[in-house]
Amino acid sequence: MSGAAMVTSAAGGLVSFDLATTPLREVNQFLHTGLGQTTRVRIDNPDGAHSIAVGMDAPVQIDIAGNAGYYAAGMNKHASVTVHGNAGPSVAENMMSGTVRVKGFASVAAAASAHGGLLVVEGDAGLRCGISLKGADIVVGGSVGSFSMFMAQAGRLVVCGDAGDALGDSLYEAVIYVRGEVKSLGADARFEPLTEADIVALAALLEQAGLHDKDGKPYEPRSFKRIASARELYHWNVDANQSY
Amino acid sequence: MCGIVGLLIKKPELQDRLGEWATPMLIGMTERGPDSAGIAVYGEPVADGLRKISLHAPAGFDWQGLQRQLADVAGFEVRANHAVLTTSADPVALRAWFKLTHPMVHVLSVGRTIDLYKDVGTPAQIADRYGMAGFRGTHLVAHTRMATESAVTPENAHPYTAGEDWCLVHNGSLSNPNSLRRQLEPLGISFDGDCDTEAACRYFEWRMREGDSLEQALNKGFDELDGFYTFLMGTSDALAIVRDGFACKPALVAETDDWVAIASEYRSLAHLPGVKGATLFEPQPERIYAWRAQQ
Amino acid sequence: MKIQREESWGYDRRILDYIQNASATGLYEIRGLGAKRQLPHFDDLIFLAGSLSRYPLEGYRERCLTSTVLGTRFASKPVELAIPITIAGMSFGSLSANVKQALGRAASEVGTSTTTGDGGMTEEERRASKTLVYQCLPSRYGFNPDDVRRADAIEVVIGQGAKPGGGGMLLGQKVNPRVAAMRTLPEGVDQRSACRHPDWTGPDDLAIKIRELREITDWKTPIYVKVGATRVFNDVKLAVHAGADVVVVDGMQGGTAATQTVFIENVGIPTLAAVRQAVEALEDMNMKGKVQLIVSGGIRTGADVAKALAMGADAVSIGQGVLMSLGCNSDSWVKGADPVTGKGGEHVSAIDDYAALGTAPGFCHHCHTGRCPVGVTTQDTVLEQRLQPPVGASRVRNYLNTMAMELSTIARACGKQNVHHLEREDLVALTIEAAAMAGVPLAGTSWIPGR
Repeated sequence: MSGAAMVTSAAGGLVSFDLATTPLREVNQFLHTGLGQTTRVRIDNPDGAHSIAVGMDAPVQIDIAGNAGYYAAGMNKHASVTVHGNAGPSVAENMMSGTVRVKGFASVAAAASAHGGLLVVEGDAGLRCGISLKGADIVVGGSVGSFSMFMAQAGRLVVCGDAGDALGDSLYEAVIYVRGEVKSLGADARFEPLTEADIVALAALLEQAGLHDKDGKPYEPRSFKRIASARELYHWNVDANQSY
Repeated sequence: MCGIVGLLIKKPELQDRLGEWATPMLIGMTERGPDSAGIAVYGEPVADGLRKISLHAPAGFDWQGLQRQLADVAGFEVRANHAVLTTSADPVALRAWFKLTHPMVHVLSVGRTIDLYKDVGTPAQIADRYGMAGFRGTHLVAHTRMATESAVTPENAHPYTAGEDWCLVHNGSLSNPNSLRRQLEPLGISFDGDCDTEAACRYFEWRMREGDSLEQALNKGFDELDGFYTFLMGTSDALAIVRDGFACKPALVAETDDWVAIASEYRSLAHLPGVKGATLFEPQPERIYAWRAQQ
Repeated sequence: MKIQREESWGYDRRILDYIQNASATGLYEIRGLGAKRQLPHFDDLIFLAGSLSRYPLEGYRERCLTSTVLGTRFASKPVELAIPITIAGMSFGSLSANVKQALGRAASEVGTSTTTGDGGMTEEERRASKTLVYQCLPSRYGFNPDDVRRADAIEVVIGQGAKPGGGGMLLGQKVNPRVAAMRTLPEGVDQRSACRHPDWTGPDDLAIKIRELREITDWKTPIYVKVGATRVFNDVKLAVHAGADVVVVDGMQGGTAATQTVFIENVGIPTLAAVRQAVEALEDMNMKGKVQLIVSGGIRTGADVAKALAMGADAVSIGQGVLMSLGCNSDSWVKGADPVTGKGGEHVSAIDDYAALGTAPGFCHHCHTGRCPVGVTTQDTVLEQRLQPPVGASRVRNYLNTMAMELSTIARACGKQNVHHLEREDLVALTIEAAAMAGVPLAGTSWIPGR
């Protein structure tokens, strides 16, 4: 395993890699087939490299020490990945389980088509956050861009800041909670009153995400608005005067 | 099918680092555009009454011969397939003259501050060929292209220019470029090639000719130009970026007290001095961002 | 009284039906299969075979190789097939589980591949199919890394010939509990898939996406890129630039289980023109042989396969033909066949079931209803029993073998020891349109229109 700087701790293992000197292919190959007893991996100098830690299939902790490019932690299973910086487009896309945390901001299509697990973005998330979501949870400390949760089928998005235009366009059974302003709703999305079940779910998600407002206090679930599907686009219906 | 980069130096004493810092930015976008590249650099303005004209000709062209044919030559620098002519002659008349007498010479840009280089090759080859690492100036706009036409030609590379000291690079795909061309040609706007980006460029050229400011032209563009785009533009003293409403094509801005840098991917910004402490953000759709250079 | 019967060409029965239907429902017609209109096609090309100037091979004794390798550009485990005829992507959901199993078994026996569709990978198909191509579509229904890792190839779908620019569709009557669960949808909704991928747009970002899939599969698995035929020359070049191992081009004759008729008949170019442009694009980039080309859309016979190969394709993919082999538009289904061999049993008429749909064998395109009279494009638990996997596997195997034999018969007659040595100079055209689209001379002349 040339190029890997190994730092092993008594607890059986932190390994670190430097992407400035080690090819990404080697790092990902190690993460796929070379982990052994390793439980923690640190990746230095990511400098916007794409596809870091994609296709993970083990419950290890991975720290990406800097800004990641596209597809960071793509198709993640079981791993706990933290980006200590910003993430490029499609972070945690198609994630199945595990956790991905972005300390800075996430670019477009965060958690696109993700089936399970949790994505936490401490800063803002770009457009199309949660597009095509299939069951995962997303918690964003900042705001989300336009077209977020477009065609989202299952799962939940919690936005502590604002949402842009066309939120939840063509929503299926996924649910959105927004604390700030929603610039506009997408087709078939509507505001609904919070239920007790929503309050419980929100509290759990916010606790899991570990996010606090600018005064350091936890967010109050009742300060969020619920957005869900009106379910009027589920069936072809001439008389409903659907525009498409 | 493209990578875009832009760099604006805020502090005059750092203007001689422009090319040194921008070259790895361009090369960082090689995978997005391996076939051809273009660079527009904005440097010291020439004296009033003079203009700089960037020219491109195929390899082996007799530049000396051309120089002898020209009048009012205040400067003539040749490098590889490129020359910069500094002249007091009327640029419009010169364009017509080139078309008539030297059709294989392409006028790439006209202005008092802009020099423009476009050629076929990898970004690294082009940077080396034209000495990009030594460029000095206030700001720079560059582009790497993934070509689809069988003739990978310099004329189809970006940046495109219009008027004076104005250039445009584009990442994305316009869906109504032909209608735009058919609308503009009868108004006297002429096209060099058939790349969709040129349609956008000529549209802005027309709007600004009609008296719109750049901002006004871009705002009209949101309705008239259809498709996906991130446009990065240079004017004599500014760098500007705008994205369409869907914002499907990437763009990232990094800003420090010393510089503002723009690229399609963070990879191209990672080497810049002070980037770790820079303000980093993605431009919002349908909003115009502009930064002015200190002269 | 004599009845006057002067029919209008422009307002014929088809158009009358269309106008009357639109007037009654206020909705566009949705149907299955591909373009039904007559188009310039492989039928308009013929082979120049052995003669005094070119010597044929003995049909039964001298060998003619059919083996085909796909995905040699970057993958460490290319796809190796015994014949250059594959089974195209069709979803579980549009087709029944029995059908997917039958296709897998037939493909494995013959030595070729099947392809998943807009519903994801089923266990039945993975088990039955020795070589399975896994589609990555805009909808990403059921897409997951475990299936990515156990796929033999991954096909990134930009579009399909029936509806380039459109996404998949499955009407509520086919979204049963199993389909709904696989697609993460409520049961019974009318599913309309997205037409763009959620996490990338454009060839420059596709290049990064392909890299991601390669990283996930440790660069073992070939990546195909599939386009519906429109701006084929540009699209193939961009797919190559983006890093594809294999490009799949699907002409307008390509089928679907459900989409708007107006889409099927009016969008996309014929396969004949698409093949030519795709090959030109590869040759222009000097990538012929390095990036393989699979062609689909109206491939029906061994002759079609041979012509596609002669024009420069490395393989073909068949969807509708295979469904018809299973029984689509057949007037009966088989009951009580041997559960192992699929032989025997008795034919049961399905005419009444076609009639109940308002159609008849030979005219049916009602895949979208989920009430397929022969149990092929259905999720109904009763109807799907009408196509038993051993019966289906036997038919499809026979069909594939027949076409493979026809292919090598033609190739031998043209003097080739390998079907991949068929070349465009072995072909001439019977019509001006076909000559222009295929780029081969009109028979008896040296004229290629448009050049």
